[in-house]
Amino acid sequence: MPVQYDGIRQEHVAVRTAAGMFDVSHMGEIETSGPDAEAFLQRILSNDVTRIAERGAQYSVLCREDGGVLDDLFSYRLGSDRFLTVTNAANHDKDLDWFRRQASGFDVEVKDAHADWAMLAVQGPGARAALGRLADGELPARMRTAELLLAGAQALVCGTGYTGEDGCELMLPPDAAGAVWDALEAEGVKPAGLGARDTLRLEVCFHLYGNDLSEDRNPIEAGLGWCCKLDTGFIGSDALREVEPAEALVPFAFTGPGIPRQDNPIRTEHGDGVVTSGSLSPCLGTGIGMGYVPLSASEPGTTIEIDVRGKARAAEVREKPLYAKE
Amino acid sequence: MAEASYPDDLKYHPEHDWARIDGDEAVFGVTWYAQDALGEVVFFDPPEVGAQVKKDESYAEVESVKAVSDVFAPLSGEIIEVNDALADSPEKVNEDPYGEGWMVKVKLSDPSEVDGLLDLEAYKALLS
Repeated sequence: MPVQYDGIRQEHVAVRTAAGMFDVSHMGEIETSGPDAEAFLQRILSNDVTRIAERGAQYSVLCREDGGVLDDLFSYRLGSDRFLTVTNAANHDKDLDWFRRQASGFDVEVKDAHADWAMLAVQGPGARAALGRLADGELPARMRTAELLLAGAQALVCGTGYTGEDGCELMLPPDAAGAVWDALEAEGVKPAGLGARDTLRLEVCFHLYGNDLSEDRNPIEAGLGWCCKLDTGFIGSDALREVEPAEALVPFAFTGPGIPRQDNPIRTEHGDGVVTSGSLSPCLGTGIGMGYVPLSASEPGTTIEIDVRGKARAAEVREKPLYAKE
Repeated sequence: MAEASYPDDLKYHPEHDWARIDGDEAVFGVTWYAQDALGEVVFFDPPEVGAQVKKDESYAEVESVKAVSDVFAPLSGEIIEVNDALADSPEKVNEDPYGEGWMVKVKLSDPSEVDGLLDLEAYKALLS
């Protein structure tokens, strides 16, 4: 996926107001199947896997024993004992290795399915209409999946995304993906690149692994406690139970000029922090970002200062999401 | 501006900056090539009037949505004017890089430095 096709801002606006599509085939997939598939995933994923209905989807994190985040993932239950988990590209090999090492003692097969799937994310208020014209059946609801013929290709259609807009993610046989892309473009869906994918997710405060999440950060401080069901006994849950957060990941917006960037220092009355994601918000027209700050500086409305290459820029901690549809 | 263009009345710096020289003063900006490589400019952080700039050194920053880039001074001198309009309309750098997208006006401290800049043919040769 290129950084941009026609321009980040145009692509961003297309997704917010009409429909855009991203070729996210770089993302990895792991297929987990067998009689113990649910019990195994319950052991390694932070969320309550038993609550994923058949054809349902769920977000979770993958933790080390000490609670450090190895990856954040979407898992889809394709059958009662068959799951597909989507990994971040840079973490895929590490995740696969982790899955396999933890699988001993479980009656499961862990399969690297990265080469089996191309993946297109079709997002925006017009995404479902465009997809609907190409599909042979009803599109899945949000957080659900459906197997459909799409422009003649067998597709696993998932009601998920990473933009804050309605839409679907398509899992496709790699040799069919090009034709589906072309068919969607003919329906008016605009190609969009990595740049717009990043600004879209940042406006709605979705985490990016490697920026906002890492092995050195725990999901509690990252604001992902909601998907950590400690009572399920997942790997890392014992450590997370003991966590007394000192910092919190917060969204912020500039109240004056400037654009924050990753690793810019944050100054607050309660101590320093660091920017983990930063950009110009195409919809808000101001600099926005997320960063870790001392817990006592994490309340929305708190005035903070970002050191952007030596210049102090005024900012304010905000509520999630930074951008909300009117 | 969609089509590449390089006026022949300018002097060029290999870091893709231009200077329009008028006696011992010059106006600086970035070339079509530079703005095309940057993508849409969304923020220009101008230097202060009165600041000294030094040939081959950064005097300002331009930002696209994704990245920050330094702008290099083609010549040395003191800034006597900055293009304040870029604060509200940084996209002028893309739309009109040699006109409304100009960045600063400088009182040159060593006009003989001009001899070290590229003329149009030499700059085009660098791009090709």
